[in-house]
Amino acid sequence: MGKAKQVSWRDAKPASVVFVSGPEEYLADRAIRSIRDQLKALDAGVEVHELLAGDYTAGQLTTLASPSLFMEPRLVVISGVEKCTDALIEDGLSYLLEPSLETTIILRHNSSSVRGKKLIDAIRASDNAVEIACAEIKKESDKAAFIQSEFAAAGRKISPGALRALADAFADDLSELAAACSQLLSDQAESIDEATVDKYYGGRVETNAFKVADAALAGQSAEALALLRHALATGADPVPVVAAFAMKVRLMAKVYGNKYASAANVGAQPWQIDRARKDLAGWSEEGLANAVMAIATADAAVKGMERDPVFALEKLVLLLSNRGQKNTET
Amino acid sequence: MNTVLDFEPIWSELLGQPEAVSQLRQAVANKDAGLQHAWLLTGPPGSGRSNAATAFAAALLCEKAGCGQCKSCRMVSSGSHPDVSVLATEKVIISIEEIRQLVAASHFGGSVGKYQIMIIEDADRMTERSSNVLLKALEEPPAGTIWLLCAPSEADMLATIRSRVRRVALKQPSTETVADLLVARDGIERSLAMQVAAEAQGHIGMALRLATSSDARARRKETLVSAMQIDSIPKAMATAERWLELAKKDAEAITQERDDQERADLLSTLGIPEGGTIPPGLRADIKALEEAQKRRATRSLRDGIDRILVDLMSLYRDVLTIQLAAESELVNQDLKSQLDEMASSTRSTETISKLEAMALARVRIGANVRDLMVLESLAIQLRRKV
Repeated sequence: MGKAKQVSWRDAKPASVVFVSGPEEYLADRAIRSIRDQLKALDAGVEVHELLAGDYTAGQLTTLASPSLFMEPRLVVISGVEKCTDALIEDGLSYLLEPSLETTIILRHNSSSVRGKKLIDAIRASDNAVEIACAEIKKESDKAAFIQSEFAAAGRKISPGALRALADAFADDLSELAAACSQLLSDQAESIDEATVDKYYGGRVETNAFKVADAALAGQSAEALALLRHALATGADPVPVVAAFAMKVRLMAKVYGNKYASAANVGAQPWQIDRARKDLAGWSEEGLANAVMAIATADAAVKGMERDPVFALEKLVLLLSNRGQKNTET
Repeated sequence: MNTVLDFEPIWSELLGQPEAVSQLRQAVANKDAGLQHAWLLTGPPGSGRSNAATAFAAALLCEKAGCGQCKSCRMVSSGSHPDVSVLATEKVIISIEEIRQLVAASHFGGSVGKYQIMIIEDADRMTERSSNVLLKALEEPPAGTIWLLCAPSEADMLATIRSRVRRVALKQPSTETVADLLVARDGIERSLAMQVAAEAQGHIGMALRLATSSDARARRKETLVSAMQIDSIPKAMATAERWLELAKKDAEAITQERDDQERADLLSTLGIPEGGTIPPGLRADIKALEEAQKRRATRSLRDGIDRILVDLMSLYRDVLTIQLAAESELVNQDLKSQLDEMASSTRSTETISKLEAMALARVRIGANVRDLMVLESLAIQLRRKV
């Protein structure tokens, strides 16, 4: 028994059995698409079958993958292995022992369950299989690396400023980010700088409730209000926005003047506690009390006790960026 | 009850409500001369609205105006009389479908006796749409159909409903009356009965629960004591969290046992052995039950939080009573020393603004504001300046 090769999604190549794992759907799609394109390039007559693992019935794999009379190449894509039937596990195990040479089988498992573990372990232990792990791209650094590699793969350059601007503009959805990259690649000259990105995607800020809360707690009322409008305009609902504020203020209130606050007794990560302590600079007890009360009022307002939920949110943002102090002209 | 009754036995559970009982009795006595076809029974929670409706229904259907002994009376009180339909809900609202079914059923007419009686408990939980479905049926019901609606107050009903019904008001029973009932009916010891009757503030069901469960009493006491100990913001936040936990425990204590029983019953109806796997085709049934239970849990939790707020109100009401030397009975007699201390160290205006904060919190809980936020905001306002 050998061990399946680990391959990056960018280097996806046809093999007897290709196991595409990990939660990042977009990367998995890219890998599968790339394998299909490569097979098509080799032989335009490749037969493609797509199956859902949840609907799989015994024998399907053998039927689809067994060699045909003229040895045409075949591609079988089985998606949703995280919800596979028992029949697929059995058939998959026996297929792994005797894979057919001119067929490529792709199994897609999004790691949301441990279903099919027996099959996965067998694939990983097999010589004939390769695994493409598509880890989630969440951190800013991962995103930057993704953009970088998109441009590098096309043999082009992007300036660091442009890279940051692009990552800010498409903070939520990897596929949108990738689409923006390919748009820039196809339209623009050799190297891409900040001005180019700004021309294409300027003014577009993707934000979320937590960023609004961060800006407000940092005392930047104007910025916080602008971000709030951005968040609401890009589909954030007022109710979760209040909940995000509540989370931050709740932790600050738990930590306030409390030397013994620890991860265990306030129910938060140590870095969150440090962050809350930092946010507390300049807050008075009265201000904090006002903030806690204002959040309950705002939640009531966005749930219909006042007429205009957005106005209620703006009032809350202004109160928080003023450290809970009322009656100043803002 | 060992006092000699001067009315039919069916009314004996309606304690301390002589006005309401005489009104209903008169209607029963003169039913052949004509009977109002729609009634609204109002009264604070726990005053026995549903009991009054059931007793009225039984008295109307009984040949001896409510003997409590005959087959008809027994069937009504056990909820199995074919001519009495009861719509009670354990959810937050009564859905429009439920009302439609009831309205359709109201046209069948009495099968055994002359009357068919439709009871809607918690009629205040009808949405406006559901209420409108009821209007037509309420205005011109078929002969012999009597509607009995129960709600905390007249103001909870739409004006269009109010104008179609005759109102019977129940009042909050006094502490003594509730205690008497607990001693006589449930065999609770006298001193405990007096204590829980005061603490439940006239809510008979609540008093019984406090009397029979030491856990419930402990939870109530913890709520009150912790409220008096809030002296800083972190403490306020921790207390709010603890209150929510207590409300959850209280709600669980009420629902958990029933949830498990219902699930076991459903499984045995479906023929699934204990601990067996559920075939995919039957999962929908289990899911429906779980959803219904979840809705009930939501309401139960909300009721639990409301109880906490009511208990807290009783605490500050006591403080205010002492501060104003009002000389009326304290609800929380067992906390007398702490109450005295608090009354002397704070001013009555503060107490009043705290009571207002609690009233607002109750409104907010009713308006579906996140429970923890409401409690935190309240706890912050209850904290004592040091």
